[in-house]
Amino acid sequence: MEAHVSGYSDQSTYYIMAVLVNKNSKVIVQGFTGTEGTFHASQMIEYGTNVVGGVTPAKGGTKHLDRPVFNTVQDAVTATGADVSIIFVPPAFAADAIMEAADAGVKVIICITEGIPVQDMVKARDYIKGRDCRLIGPNCPGVITAGEAKVGIMPGFVFTPGRIGVVSKSGTLTYEAADQVVKAGLGISTAIGIGGDPIIGTTTKEAVELLMNDPETDGIIMIGEIGGNMEAEAANWLKSNMRKPVVGFIAGQTAPPGRRMGHAGAIIGGADDTAAAKMKIMRECGIHVVDSPANIGITMAQVLNKEAVAAN
Amino acid sequence: MNLHEYQAKELLKRYNVPTQEGIAVDNIDGALNAYKQISVDTGSKFAVVKAQIHAGGRGKGRMKEVPDQSGVSVVKSADDVERVAKNILGNTLVTIQTGEAGKKVSKILIAQDMYYDGPSERKEFYISILLDRAKKQNVIMYSTEGGMDIEEVAHNTPEKIYREWVHPNMPLQPFQARKIAFNFGLSGDAFKNMVKFVTNLYNAYVGLDCSMLEINPLFKSADDKILAVDCKMNLDDNALMRHHDLADMRDKSEEDPTEVEAGEFNLNYVKLDGNVGCMVNGAGLAMATMDMIKLAGGEPANFLDVGGTANAQTVEAGFRIILKDPNVKAILINIFGGIVRCDRVAAGVIEAYNKLGNINIPIIVRLQGTNAEQAKELIVNSGLKVQSAILLSEAAALVQKAVSAN
Repeated sequence: MEAHVSGYSDQSTYYIMAVLVNKNSKVIVQGFTGTEGTFHASQMIEYGTNVVGGVTPAKGGTKHLDRPVFNTVQDAVTATGADVSIIFVPPAFAADAIMEAADAGVKVIICITEGIPVQDMVKARDYIKGRDCRLIGPNCPGVITAGEAKVGIMPGFVFTPGRIGVVSKSGTLTYEAADQVVKAGLGISTAIGIGGDPIIGTTTKEAVELLMNDPETDGIIMIGEIGGNMEAEAANWLKSNMRKPVVGFIAGQTAPPGRRMGHAGAIIGGADDTAAAKMKIMRECGIHVVDSPANIGITMAQVLNKEAVAAN
Repeated sequence: MNLHEYQAKELLKRYNVPTQEGIAVDNIDGALNAYKQISVDTGSKFAVVKAQIHAGGRGKGRMKEVPDQSGVSVVKSADDVERVAKNILGNTLVTIQTGEAGKKVSKILIAQDMYYDGPSERKEFYISILLDRAKKQNVIMYSTEGGMDIEEVAHNTPEKIYREWVHPNMPLQPFQARKIAFNFGLSGDAFKNMVKFVTNLYNAYVGLDCSMLEINPLFKSADDKILAVDCKMNLDDNALMRHHDLADMRDKSEEDPTEVEAGEFNLNYVKLDGNVGCMVNGAGLAMATMDMIKLAGGEPANFLDVGGTANAQTVEAGFRIILKDPNVKAILINIFGGIVRCDRVAAGVIEAYNKLGNINIPIIVRLQGTNAEQAKELIVNSGLKVQSAILLSEAAALVQKAVSAN
C-alpha cells in the first residue's frame, strides 16, 4: 500500500529537511567517552548517523571511536561544524551540559540523561529560552529519522522507513508503537521521544507541529501519559491544524492519583491530568484515541485507509 | 521523598525560617523531659503533642486503639503529657489521608503553644511553594484562609488564593515578598517579619531542592511573630545525590515495605490493589501494560519497571516481589527488547522460574524486539508452565483467558 494521502504533493516539491535530524546532521556526543556515551555512539555510527566527534572535559585532543574528542562544546562546534548534540552526561552535570551546548550554538540538543534535579532544569530551560536552539528531553530515548539518522538510544531496526511520525513521552512504548506501525504495513518518518520529566525542552504540541509541517509525514502518533497539561495543549492546537490524521494513546488509565509512576513527570496532580481527562479532550479535538496500547498501529492503518478511500 | 514535620522544621531553621519550637521524642521519659524543657523556655505550662507520620489531617485523626485520642493534643501538665504520649506512641493513627489501616506512630513532637494572648490579633494563613509545570517556574501559592483544607478553599473561594511566580534564575524579589505580606493584610512588625519569612522560605525551597513545601498554618502570633506551626516538605529524589544529610532523613518505616525492597534492587515498583501482576521494561510501557490488563478484564496488581537491563537477577527479584502479594492470580511479563536481546531475557525468565520453584499461577511472557522468535522458542521448549506471546494483542488475549479462568 502506498501511503501518500496527505494531499500536500504541491509542497513536497520543495526540499525540506526531515524533522530535527537527517543524514546531513553533524552530531557530537557530550559524555562521549563514558560507558553509556561509548555504547550508544557506536550504535549510532553503526546505524549511519554522522557522528563527527565528542566532548569529555580534560580529554580534549584524544581520539575515541576514531573520532576527535574535545574539551568543550565550543571547541567541537568550531572544529567540526556540529549542529546536533546528544547528551549522556550524569544527572548532576546534565543541565550544565545543555546550557553549554546552547551557548556554543548547537541547534538541536538531545538530552538522554534521566534523573536531573527539577530545579536544574527550571534554570536550564530558562537559560536556553530565546536562543536559536531546540532542546529535546531530558529523560528521553532521542530522535530517529528512519533510514537517515539515529540520535538516541532506540533500537534502530524497529523503525522501518515510512511516512508515519511518532511523538512520545516514553521509550519502550515508542518502540512498541513503531513496531505496530511497521507490522500494519506502514513505516516511520521521524520518531521524537520528548521525555518523561516535569520540565522538558520540546512539548508535545511543538513536536506534533514539527511533524504536521513535515512533508515526509502523512500521519502522526501521539503518545502521552498522566501528569501535566501537554497533551491537552497539543489537542487544542490540533483542533484547528489537523491537516493529517493523528492517533493518540495515553498511558496510565489505571494509575492511582498522587503516585509517581516511574517517570518523574508521571503523577496525577488533579482532575485535569488524569488519562481519562486527556483522552476526552483529545477525542473532542479530533484525535483518534485508542483505549488499548495494542491498537495503535492498526488504528493508524485504518484511519489512513479511510482517508484514502474518501479522497478517491 | 517525604519528611516528618519535625525534620522539615529543623531544615527550615537552617534558612532562618522561624518555626514553632519543639522536641521530637520516641518514649514517655523523653516526652516528659521535653515538656519540662519547653515549659522553662516559654514560661508557660501549655504545650502541644503532635504525632509524627507522613500524612495530613492529624488533628482530626483518631488513634485506632484509643478512639478519643486525636493525633494532636494541647497539654497543660506533666500528667497530660504522660497520658497523651502513652495514647499515641506505638499506636495507630487513622486520618483522612492514611486510609483505614492508619499509620503506626513511633515519634511525637512536643511543641510550644503559640496561641497565647497578646497586644494584637492572632492569625492563621496558608503558604506553599511548588513547581508550575505549565509555566516552567516555581510558584508561591498563598491565602489568608489558613489552618484549613486548602483544596476546599480553592474550590469554594478561589478568589482567596493568590499566586506569585518566581523568575527561574533569580531569587524571590523584594517587591514580591512585600506584595505577599500586603495581601495577607499585615502592617508594622508583622509585615516586616512576613517579608523576611517568605524570602527565607523561598531560599529554603530552592536550597533544599524541595518539590513541595507547605506551611499550614502559617501563623501570626499575638505579639506579631510570623512562624511555621506545621510544615509539609517533599524533596526531589533526583536531587538527593547532592544532599546526603537529607537522604539520611528518609524514614523507610513510613513506606510500603515491598516498595522499599524493590528499590534495593533498583526496581521501580508501586503496589496496587488488583489481581494481575506485571513486570515491564520502561515506565510508559509499564503503565500501558497495566491499562491493557484492565481492558482484558483484570485489575493491575502493581506497577513494575525493571529498567533497561532485564536480566535473570532483575526478573527473579521482580517475581519475588510480585509473588508476595496474595491477591495476584496471574503475572504478565512484557519486555520490548531493543538493545537488550529477548532470548537473553527469556533465559533469565526460565532461570528465575526454576530457581523459585512451584509458582502455581499462570505466567504470561510477552517478548518482542531483538530475537523475539528465538525467545518464544526457548520458552516453549523449556517445558515450564509459561505461556508465550510476541504481539501485545496476543498477550492481552492470554491475560483475558487467565483472568476468566479464575
